[in-house]
Amino acid sequence: MTIASSETAQGIKVNKNQSHVRSSLWRQSFRRLVRNKLAVTGFAVVVIMFLACFIGPFFSPYTDNKINMALMNHAPYAKHWLGTDTLGRDVLTRVLQAGRISLTVGLASMVLSVFIGTLLGIIAGYYRGVVDQLIMRLADLLLTIPSLPLLFIIGALLSEWKVPPDYRMYIVMLMLSIVSWPGLARMIRGQMLSLREREFMQATIVLGLSDRRKLFRHLLPNLVPLIIVIATLNIGGAILSESVLSFFGLGVMPPTPTWGNMIDAANNMIDFQERPWLWLPPGFSIFATVIAINIFGDGLRDVLDPKQKR
Amino acid sequence: MKDLLSIDHLQTFFKTEAGTVRAVDDVSLRIKPGETVCIVGESGSGKSITAMSVMGLIGNAGGKVEGGSIQFQDRDLLKLSRNELRTIRGHEIAMIFQEPMSSLNPVLKIGEQVIEPLMEHLKLSRKAARKRAIELIKQVGISRAEQIIDAYPHELSGGMLQRVMIAMAISCGPKLLIADEPTTALDVTIQAQILDLLRSLKEESGMSILLITHDLGVVAEMADYVAVMYAGKIVEQGEVEAIFANPKHPYTKGLLRSKPIMNQLRDELYSIPGQVPNPLELTESCYFHDRCEQCMAICRTKQPELIPVGDSQQAACWLYEEEKRYA
Repeated sequence: MTIASSETAQGIKVNKNQSHVRSSLWRQSFRRLVRNKLAVTGFAVVVIMFLACFIGPFFSPYTDNKINMALMNHAPYAKHWLGTDTLGRDVLTRVLQAGRISLTVGLASMVLSVFIGTLLGIIAGYYRGVVDQLIMRLADLLLTIPSLPLLFIIGALLSEWKVPPDYRMYIVMLMLSIVSWPGLARMIRGQMLSLREREFMQATIVLGLSDRRKLFRHLLPNLVPLIIVIATLNIGGAILSESVLSFFGLGVMPPTPTWGNMIDAANNMIDFQERPWLWLPPGFSIFATVIAINIFGDGLRDVLDPKQKR
Repeated sequence: MKDLLSIDHLQTFFKTEAGTVRAVDDVSLRIKPGETVCIVGESGSGKSITAMSVMGLIGNAGGKVEGGSIQFQDRDLLKLSRNELRTIRGHEIAMIFQEPMSSLNPVLKIGEQVIEPLMEHLKLSRKAARKRAIELIKQVGISRAEQIIDAYPHELSGGMLQRVMIAMAISCGPKLLIADEPTTALDVTIQAQILDLLRSLKEESGMSILLITHDLGVVAEMADYVAVMYAGKIVEQGEVEAIFANPKHPYTKGLLRSKPIMNQLRDELYSIPGQVPNPLELTESCYFHDRCEQCMAICRTKQPELIPVGDSQQAACWLYEEEKRYA
């Protein structure tokens, strides 16, 4: 028994030495992420964008969006930093307010699609068989239809049915998550197929744990890094899709501003050539936000999911 | 005494593209309450598959139990529903595996994993389960359980992890503990400690142990009763003293001869010639015949049955069948 105690003593010593690395998985990843300058820059841009859009408008005197005929299409000057639009509204304020909507739509549709995709992916990968077939064939079906035309059709139908503009924002969120869950579900399912064969899952069977415990307490935490990476990259995609839809007048409708429907100004030849302050700011916002999110997402991927490194 | 577990004529087959592999073929085994039974055999002899059949893990591995019955306390484990089986697993029958490092979920703290069966089977609250988990971890010989419970598996050594696995296995007071080569992945000094631990836990709780191993040293130390498996069949079984003192089957004899003996100088360790037969090419014969030193004509054409040889021993070998016939 003396040997036994020395073994445990040693084990604890090792453990003691490592105790500063406790919960090290996350802290380690964080440290590695901070070392990636590009990813940090991306993250900073995203944070600045969010702060500007959600707090910025409070400092603007033009939030009431009053129509001012005297100030139509004015080029940028001291009182209106980014000029005014066709109805005399301050472009800077509108870009920030539009950012609120665009970012919210991006975030919300990401959350929804991650939720659907993760749930269905886990169920398909764990139970296999008929359930798997049903879910994955549905995903395949959605993946075979190019998502933009599909979104266009739904958008056109909504316009046809005269859905009130206030609701359209929520419907757009739903539409975007419906087209983006299949890819996620596939990745989660793939991961599940390998996880369910791991020995620790066999151990959970032997312990007689319920499926709920197995799925959500044992398997889900193993998927978290993957989900975080996909979710981040998803936001960028959702913002882009929303902009495209709104640009074509099939997404969120004016007067609710979004970056997409603001660029709609570029559809007009005169605005496009003579008044770049109307479409450059929202365009740049989309560009900067999406690029920043993607760079940050790539950085996250390198840290959390090294196997997928390209 | 009534048997705790009785396996009768168990047949577990794996259908592969090349044909059907009879991984376990007509195996019968009995375990009494409080008894330690060892299954010994080389790799591929079907000993792990026997244990997995008892646990109902065969479907996950791609095989199928084709025949026989597994009675556990008057219930046939093969006929239970998924849910009924779930309430027995971890509660009345527990199992520990060969690789403690990969048997624990790497992203969950030790404590989280130990409290789960307690909450699942004994319906303890999270707080009560945590308290019990600390006691259990202490009971398996880990001091400072309060620290260990919040550690991640990668922070502990293999021996410690196997202790944690044992703590999880005994947490709900099982009547039978199946240990599938519990010491194979550990180094030798730790092996002895783990075996000591298993033995003392058994004495405290009176549970039975089904120990699967290829190490005859482990058998000698732990077993009350031994079954020797070869190519999916039990070739010899009996009380441990009888088997070690007086092995009957040529395979058992060979196994015992190939074991080093302390204080005895030998130039070379004996090894049984030849190899385990390919399970796909088995024909009606004694599966051991081409490696057997005492092979007879009948061994090549007919399979011997397990018959009593001596008082507390059974062997499947024509040597004894003949003896009996002419006696």
